Amino acid sequence: MNFIVCIKQVPGTTDVKIDPKTNTLIREGVESIVNPFDSYAIEEGLRLKERMGGKVTVISMGPPQAESALREALSMGCDEAVLLTDRAFAGSDTLATSYTLACGIKKIGEFDLVICGKQAIDGDTAQVGPGIAEKLGVPAITYVKKIEEIDQARIKVERMMEEGYEVIETNLPALITVVKEINEPRLPSLKGMVRARKAEIHMWTASDIECEKSKIGQAGSPTIVNKIFTPPPRKGGEVLLGDPEEQAEKLVDKLRQAKVI
Amino acid sequence: MGIKIVDDKCTGCSLCVKSCPFGLIKIVSREEVGKPHPKYKKIAVIGEGCNLCGACLEPCPLEAILIEREEEKPRVDISQYKGVWVFAEQKKGEIQGVAYELLGEGRKLADELGEKLSCVLLGEGMDGAAKELIAHGADRVYQIEGSILKNFQDDPYTDVLSDLIQKEKPEIVLMGATVIGRSFASRVAARLGTGLTADCTELAIDLKARQLLQTRPAFGGNIMATITTPYNRPQMATVRHKVFKKAVKQENHQGEIIKESVDGKNLSLRTKLLDMVQDLTQTVNLADADIIVSGGRGLGGPENFNIIEELARTLGGAVGASRAAVDAGWIPYSHQVGQTGRTVCPKIYIACGISGAIQHLVGMQSSDIIVAINKDPNAPIFKVATYGIEGDLFEVVPALTKRLKEVLG
Repeated sequence: MNFIVCIKQVPGTTDVKIDPKTNTLIREGVESIVNPFDSYAIEEGLRLKERMGGKVTVISMGPPQAESALREALSMGCDEAVLLTDRAFAGSDTLATSYTLACGIKKIGEFDLVICGKQAIDGDTAQVGPGIAEKLGVPAITYVKKIEEIDQARIKVERMMEEGYEVIETNLPALITVVKEINEPRLPSLKGMVRARKAEIHMWTASDIECEKSKIGQAGSPTIVNKIFTPPPRKGGEVLLGDPEEQAEKLVDKLRQAKVI
Repeated sequence: MGIKIVDDKCTGCSLCVKSCPFGLIKIVSREEVGKPHPKYKKIAVIGEGCNLCGACLEPCPLEAILIEREEEKPRVDISQYKGVWVFAEQKKGEIQGVAYELLGEGRKLADELGEKLSCVLLGEGMDGAAKELIAHGADRVYQIEGSILKNFQDDPYTDVLSDLIQKEKPEIVLMGATVIGRSFASRVAARLGTGLTADCTELAIDLKARQLLQTRPAFGGNIMATITTPYNRPQMATVRHKVFKKAVKQENHQGEIIKESVDGKNLSLRTKLLDMVQDLTQTVNLADADIIVSGGRGLGGPENFNIIEELARTLGGAVGASRAAVDAGWIPYSHQVGQTGRTVCPKIYIACGISGAIQHLVGMQSSDIIVAINKDPNAPIFKVATYGIEGDLFEVVPALTKRLKEVLG
């Protein structure tokens, strides 16, 4: 079976700090990583391949340096990697990104299942997965925490909801987005890293994927970022002193004054 | 199209460097990049990955950074689109809280625009719910009935909402940033080819340009972005729960209910909902909770979650957890708050024995009141806490539960 995993390279957030003077993100020397949710998507693709046979192709859209994220996916065991990279893709919002990735996936060829992380940790939109499904014309199931069953023709999954989960079945081809609970991603093997270093990454531009110019990049993006600002920092907290009983009493008084309990 | 540095204006002063939320601007030697200047030795360069957000324009005193946008024209006839719509999410026939919050906010937006506020309600046997929406301020309810719409499924919901939008042409469509909203809003927007802004926490109208200003957190709330959909309609947004106040019920508010039935045969349905399983470890779900009590590594073991649960029960709140507690297997993943778990914004968030790693903070720092209970005075959680209690959680938490039981009866 053919599995396609969509990934995004994002800034490694463990290092994201706010500069107390300028109140902006300090990003110098911040490493780029594979979006954490996409690691679960890669792992699930690999597990399905090990169970069902077939091939895992990993695809990303981004600047040329996103290649390192794809190499990481290859070192975990993915078979092929595609990077959609072109200045013409710059300024893409979630709609243009969905369209571009869908065009890339169509060019890869026949597929049975597309797997995405539930969202990227920089944008946090969770919109690109379902957007790709719409552009590919396949059903999507979001927030998947477990694949209960899969065969050549259909898949049965558990989708996480606010108050529990749903069991949903659909025919393939389809797209799922996955949450952390689904698996524990493996570490790259030494052999995998050696292979990944030498492997060829397919670099495709806008003209390679047969996309309409009006639907990519800024021209294909209905939304515009008007302004970016840092939220006002939380006002200085108050330390409640005393023994535990006194602290408890003070806190309850504060909460009652604030009329929240 | 794109962003550029005006070579002869840039002095290499570096004021722009810090303004870039993506850290893409570097100051380099002019010689290195082959752009010599008689006076200035350095110049700014912008790396790949710029999304043209414009944050660098303001700090530049010399107007040496330019963003060139292609001359844009409306991509649809914007004047045809009128009115504010709220998608009224229901589960098991019950309107979800976020729908009432959207009605409250939607009313303000509609009044400002001088337009009507409408609700879209999909389900089966929803007559009572439709009246309830009118009483909460809707001028009109599109009540679409059908057994296929009883429980949410992506395909038929996408079909019905997309068709209705195409037919009625609303200017603004608001949906809850819930699992349901976030799953199918994106499909609807992609089908219509319009803009969708995820997880908004602030909405406003720019009357002059007749645009919806949609403000949302990105990078886990470390930065805020205001987004517009200038040339397409409708302007769609999903809105985070608990951010806006619920609309107040007015029994005498009048409105029109447009009831239609759909035949499942004409709608696509490629998924089959086999079962809905309630999570029995949650008495109150995190998304709906006004109060959340969370436990972390400081609890030391799964058995100690009982003191967290008791405090939560006393307050009528939900139980959350840090990633450390979930990864240790002390509590199921559905309770995890933070970057790889859920983002929450309750009225009160009580963090017990949670140090406050950035990945946890991004999932809860927009809560109204944050209480931190931790024995380490240097724990980062205290930096975001409204009230900090330095002490042993095994003493403080039970004392707090006891005190609350006394005052709350």
